Amino acid sequence: MSESLEAEVKTNPQGDPITSMEPEQKTNPQGDPITSVAAPKTVDVKKDPHAEAKKQRMVTPEYMFFEAPRTKEFITGSEAAKEAVRRSNVDLSIAYPITPQSETMQLIGVLYGEGYVKEYYRGEEEYGVMSAIAGASRAGVRCFTATAGPGTLRGIEPIASWPGHRLPALAMFTCRVVNAPLAIQPDNIEVSYLLNCGMIVFHAENQQDLFDFIMKGFIISEKNDVTLPVGVACDGFFVTHARGYVHMQEKGIKLPPREAWRGAVPVLDAENPPARLSRDAPVQKSNFMAYNIHAVWQQEVWAAVERSRKYINQYMGGLVTAENVEGADAILVASGSAVAQSREAIRLCKDKGIQVGLIKIRSLRPFPIPELRQLCAKAKLIVIPEFNYVAWLAKDVAAAIYGYSKAKIVAGPHVYGGMSMPVEMIVDEVTGGLTGKKSGNVPMSAIMGTDVDQAAVAHFMQNI
Amino acid sequence: MSLDYVKFSTGFEKFMPKEYRDMVEHGPFGRKVSVSQMGTFKEILEEHPMCAGCAMTLFIRLAMISFPNPEDTITVGTAGCGRLAISQAAIPFVYGNYGDQNGVASGLSRGLRLRFGDKPKDVVVMVGDGGMADIGFSGTLHSWFRKEKFATIMLDNEVYGNTGGQESGMTNKGAVLKMAPLGKKFEKMDMVSMAKVAGCAYVATVVPNNPRRVESVIKKAVLIAREVGPTYIQAYTSCNIEYAIPTDKVMEDAKNVENDRYQFSEYITDEAKQYLSERYGYKEFLPKPAAAAAIPQA
Repeated sequence: MSESLEAEVKTNPQGDPITSMEPEQKTNPQGDPITSVAAPKTVDVKKDPHAEAKKQRMVTPEYMFFEAPRTKEFITGSEAAKEAVRRSNVDLSIAYPITPQSETMQLIGVLYGEGYVKEYYRGEEEYGVMSAIAGASRAGVRCFTATAGPGTLRGIEPIASWPGHRLPALAMFTCRVVNAPLAIQPDNIEVSYLLNCGMIVFHAENQQDLFDFIMKGFIISEKNDVTLPVGVACDGFFVTHARGYVHMQEKGIKLPPREAWRGAVPVLDAENPPARLSRDAPVQKSNFMAYNIHAVWQQEVWAAVERSRKYINQYMGGLVTAENVEGADAILVASGSAVAQSREAIRLCKDKGIQVGLIKIRSLRPFPIPELRQLCAKAKLIVIPEFNYVAWLAKDVAAAIYGYSKAKIVAGPHVYGGMSMPVEMIVDEVTGGLTGKKSGNVPMSAIMGTDVDQAAVAHFMQNI
Repeated sequence: MSLDYVKFSTGFEKFMPKEYRDMVEHGPFGRKVSVSQMGTFKEILEEHPMCAGCAMTLFIRLAMISFPNPEDTITVGTAGCGRLAISQAAIPFVYGNYGDQNGVASGLSRGLRLRFGDKPKDVVVMVGDGGMADIGFSGTLHSWFRKEKFATIMLDNEVYGNTGGQESGMTNKGAVLKMAPLGKKFEKMDMVSMAKVAGCAYVATVVPNNPRRVESVIKKAVLIAREVGPTYIQAYTSCNIEYAIPTDKVMEDAKNVENDRYQFSEYITDEAKQYLSERYGYKEFLPKPAAAAAIPQA
């Protein structure tokens, strides 16, 4: 630094010398020098913010899912969802803030700014958002949205009507407590409301699942013989806000676009010959027609849910994954974050000399009934840990394998209201189930098997 | 269905649905029709299960004749009497959930714009007073504030007609109806003012006994919504059942109500005026002669 410049040294409001070579350097209100450099005025070429998005190359789902090279990133669930949407050729996305989903949908806003998503806005509330998703899906474009807990319930009327209208779309549910009392903590009770809508529901264990299930969900949702919305649930915070390793394809490739003409029902773009919706007196009010039409339509919606199995097998490698089930002393059946806790519990059990298998349920609708019947045929003890009070998974598992397994089923442990699930609770249920010693933590009951304890059955029914 | 996008190979027309052929051969698809020609062409809405003397049905018929591009128009509705007629029209109709219409129309119109660009695909919301001002209020106002480009039409019969005659927000103060056994206790909601505040580019109130006026406001509302912004029409469509108006007095009632509290009103922004004059040749909105003189004649 030259003598003359040194003589001109200025200080910031804290009295520290400003050592920059630029005498006119500015400081922010905190007194920190502003170090960003403005672009030279002579260069008047604006960088196209959509430049990268425009260069994206379209690939087949098969290449995207099975062949494209992947790199490993350490990212949050919200970031994983963003990266999945970036590669999914999404046309339209509508956001409304609710914890813990807000970060996901604001990151989709970033994608909109970059041109990866063509249309995006912040809706008025979830009823309006889910209704607008219905409108956009009817227009024939690929749609994505996300919500959580109370937002899911606020939007449930339109959400529950998506399958009946046969609207392909993808909604992500970052599960949280449903009020009251008010809380924002993780608890996946909202999944129980989604299970009976007629939509396809996947449950992601971690960031990788979230990334894969979203992308694959779009493709499955738009298959002609499916034409249904797909919900991808994950446990809030545990997955959305925590980081995990995600193997991702390069961002320069994307899935093929939605082809509106492929749907099982025509989209409402006025490009199909119009049909009068009801030609006779009001269908909905005519007793005979109303029963008939609604009954067969419900059957068709659920048949479409069933037909998605082959695509879940094709793209996701099955509705479940199973590890060390054969010959195990006990089997843990879980979905979502409870799977991650189960893995650790299995390790602790192994230290105690107990061999425990794991069945991870990825698809809740369709529910893996044949898979569970086969995998649990010889099981002695099944333990089902869940992040909710009502044990929606245990109910489904018990109903699915009833008559096909003699296993004792433990509907627990349960944590809810935002509790974490100490793995020792799962271990306790396993050891308690094997020894017959009742757990002190949570209700434990055998509801089937050779020695049915009626008191235990009553206890089970009371607690699910 | 667009006549420009899909062209049938000669000899294959007969394989199109009869409904569609009727609309092309005898109806308004692909040609201009006017309310003054009623009875000489096949209408989009013909059969309906509405009550005898229903003013709402007349209004819906008139509105559908007035759509500037019926073969590329999609209507959106909700629960209410109106949908019983609209669902029998020969153009697509979305009937979703209660009060979801302006949300659905927001997604629909944006999605159609993504797919079809500048090619007009007109989205028209047509719902009752309860469906809009009560259960659909939030979605309606927000769609206007967001400047969603579609037309919203209220079929205002001032009562929940379809569910059997309950008070709505658009009912007049004092009216004794079901759920208002002592008479309605607050004023009729001023949706017209709210539409203006929320940024609608065109707002009009009409009654159905002046078909040419109905035609005029519907056309303007649909055209302006294509590019300028949201538009709102509030139509008095009396319920002769719940308000016990004799069938042969329905039009007389409409005239009386128009003179009393439902005067024709029309609000249009300067931008919408300019758009109508430049794009669709509306002479009434051309610049004043003094200003026009400066523009060289083409």
